[in-house]
Amino acid sequence: MSRTPTSLFVQDRKTRARNGAERRFRAYGLAAISLALLALVWLMISIFSAGLPAFRQSFLTFPVALDASVLDKDGTRDPAKLQKVTTIAYGKVLAKSLAAEIAAQGIDHGLKPKEIAKMLSEEAAATLRNQVLAQPELIGQTLPVTVLAAGRIDGYYKGRVTMESAARDKNTSPEALALADQLKAAGILQQKFNWGFFTAPDASDKRPEAAGLGVAILGSLMMMAVVLGLSLPLGVAASIYLEEFAPKNPFTDLIEVNIANLAAVPSIVYGILGLAIFINFAGLPQSAPIVGGLVLVLMTLPRIIIPTRAALKAVPPSIRDAALGVGASKLQTVFHHVLPLAMPGILTGMIIGLAQALGETAPLLLIGMVAFVRDFPQGFFDPAAALPVQVYNWTTRGDPGFVERASGAIIVLLLFLIVMNAAAILLRRKFERRW
Amino acid sequence: MPLPYTLAFLALCGVLALILGHRRAVFVAGGDVRKLHSRPHFHALLALIVAVFAAGLGWLAHSVSGHPGGVMGQIGFMALPMVAGLGLLLRQIAPAFRARNAAERFVMALLIACSMVAVLTTAGIVLSLIFETWTFFQLHSALNFFFSTEWNPQFRGGSSLGILPLIWGTLYVSAIALAVAVPIGLMSAIYLSEYAGPKMRAWVKPAIEILAGIPTIVYGLFALLTVGPLLRDWIAQPMGFGNSAASVMTAGVVMGVMVIPFVSSLSDDILNAVPQALRDGALGLGATASETTRQVVIPAALPGIVGAVLLAASRAIGETMIVVMGAGAAAKLSLNPFDAMTTVTVKIVSQLTGDSEFASPETLVAFALGLTLFVLTLGLNILALIIVRKYREQYE
Repeated sequence: MSRTPTSLFVQDRKTRARNGAERRFRAYGLAAISLALLALVWLMISIFSAGLPAFRQSFLTFPVALDASVLDKDGTRDPAKLQKVTTIAYGKVLAKSLAAEIAAQGIDHGLKPKEIAKMLSEEAAATLRNQVLAQPELIGQTLPVTVLAAGRIDGYYKGRVTMESAARDKNTSPEALALADQLKAAGILQQKFNWGFFTAPDASDKRPEAAGLGVAILGSLMMMAVVLGLSLPLGVAASIYLEEFAPKNPFTDLIEVNIANLAAVPSIVYGILGLAIFINFAGLPQSAPIVGGLVLVLMTLPRIIIPTRAALKAVPPSIRDAALGVGASKLQTVFHHVLPLAMPGILTGMIIGLAQALGETAPLLLIGMVAFVRDFPQGFFDPAAALPVQVYNWTTRGDPGFVERASGAIIVLLLFLIVMNAAAILLRRKFERRW
Repeated sequence: MPLPYTLAFLALCGVLALILGHRRAVFVAGGDVRKLHSRPHFHALLALIVAVFAAGLGWLAHSVSGHPGGVMGQIGFMALPMVAGLGLLLRQIAPAFRARNAAERFVMALLIACSMVAVLTTAGIVLSLIFETWTFFQLHSALNFFFSTEWNPQFRGGSSLGILPLIWGTLYVSAIALAVAVPIGLMSAIYLSEYAGPKMRAWVKPAIEILAGIPTIVYGLFALLTVGPLLRDWIAQPMGFGNSAASVMTAGVVMGVMVIPFVSSLSDDILNAVPQALRDGALGLGATASETTRQVVIPAALPGIVGAVLLAASRAIGETMIVVMGAGAAAKLSLNPFDAMTTVTVKIVSQLTGDSEFASPETLVAFALGLTLFVLTLGLNILALIIVRKYREQYE
């Protein structure tokens, strides 16, 4: 058998195989990176495409005749009596006015008045009622109002409801959707930016169109205030002690091992701790921001101490030596010189810790934050919701409209996180010092 | 008095003490602060500490003794020790008074107390878990808990609470997660540390790490909305594996994506710590880059990589939201990865957020599950740390 002559230019079979293996190996590496990045992109696209519609909402604008004979039968405008008029009455007033407006516009439809009423959100009557109770003099007048359209009508414009699905749905009908199209052409039905999504409280199972993040955002902000107020001083103090003063002894080792292990304890265990200690033992109320905040403080503390110690360690010893040399005490050295120089690094670690705490869900489920809360919390001991828990809450609801809400809430959560992480990166870029 | 007012009163006492301490120090020095051992603000700080401490003690005494005299009583209880303590301290202030040493000793004690919070947290976790688990085993047979293959909580008692199906589900999901994350994470780390230029590293590494910064609820929603239905419609149903969107596969794949950065970041650090001399030696003998990596760099880094994988495993076992939303709630011992199964963390959530009474074994079992989870993840972490540390010593 004849051997082909080999050289640098003509490879023998073995070399070809080895080079092939080399190319394949590189390709596997690139494929792995692409897969990881693809997963990230896919995740983002999936969440954003499902969630962006939550920021737009269908509204109906039409003049409403606030009929005094329905809303205030004796005509006394007595607030106590006005309170007794339920949303059902207001719903009737709204439905009647909408039907009248449709007739006035000359729009042709084959719907019964009841079906027209179903084009309005149940929340619309409550909105109108609150407006009238605040200004009883409106009764008897005709005023233009803008109220939420029903979830199915809204879903029709977001592709969630189709003519086929409407035919099987007892809450809406293809005729109602056809009327909605005519109303849109007449300018009665519009899509607007959904401010209520940020300010309104949660809504019950049947009204996904009215559900908002107001209580959840407020609850999350309150918890972040607790986390910031407690874990910054605690974390900085603990880090200063461990990094600057702690003698090398078994006791210090015990603290160090503890912190390292706590950073890796699953977050749900902190929820169990919070339930056992703060709620069952200390008797604090369930689903209160103070309890959620305290649980998150305990959880983030070890995750803050680690970067804080790194920041303190990065300050060169010459700074300390110079301060001690001119007669400062050890504490003065730390508080006047080392700490200010380490502050940008500490704040960066703090913001990242806060961002982690903001997205944490599991421990909050256990301390009751998953409860349905409609009232805005007045203080740290009132029941509240939290952003990530609200997402979970919405995914457990029946109406498909809540899927869009949950994804929209994730977008809001991610925006918060992006802002926080960007702040951390900017802080690091601006103040980071290489010694 | 409501809490905010009490705190405001305490703050007022503190400000008063600061001013008094400062003025007293300047006064005893006759206006020439150089005569003092400690600078005036240390006297002020000491006065603040004494005043707030005394007033706080008074507040505590007032609360313990059952709030005698209402608001005025509380003010009296707080003001009296404060005035006494402050008076004593102000009399002590003299040019030779070592206010700085005293104040610093107090600050030091405060720093030590703050670092004790970590120890207290661990103690709190361990004690609350053990205590409630003990109560659980008083009410429910330990034999059933550890060895029963049936998980079937009943409202009226007589439930079978076997942990085995939950452990099986947990390990199954984690195994799938690692099967996704280890090849992708490891190959990414190898490419980044052995092949990629600095420019690519600067972009790709942070991009992969974004995956670690995304809250787990986002992954949960991703599993629920996208991955679950996709796996069901394209794989499970056509191939006859079942028709559940929530499955071990769904949760495992999504969790695998979540732990990629844990594997890749740690492995990247470890690969970078392998001395360049080892690579140069292999390349000098004529090995290709991939042969060097496979036969020299990876064996040298193996203990560290194993440590990274163990840390990722501990992360996967303790993960809650992805499995709550992606894996289902049925406790089952099944081999089919497209079956809905459940995990330890899912059952902790469902037992503690359910309606059953707190003192019932059906609720208390969550603490026993929590203890199991804690021991499991702690064991993995310690093992990983020991392996990583041992490896580091080799090259330093």
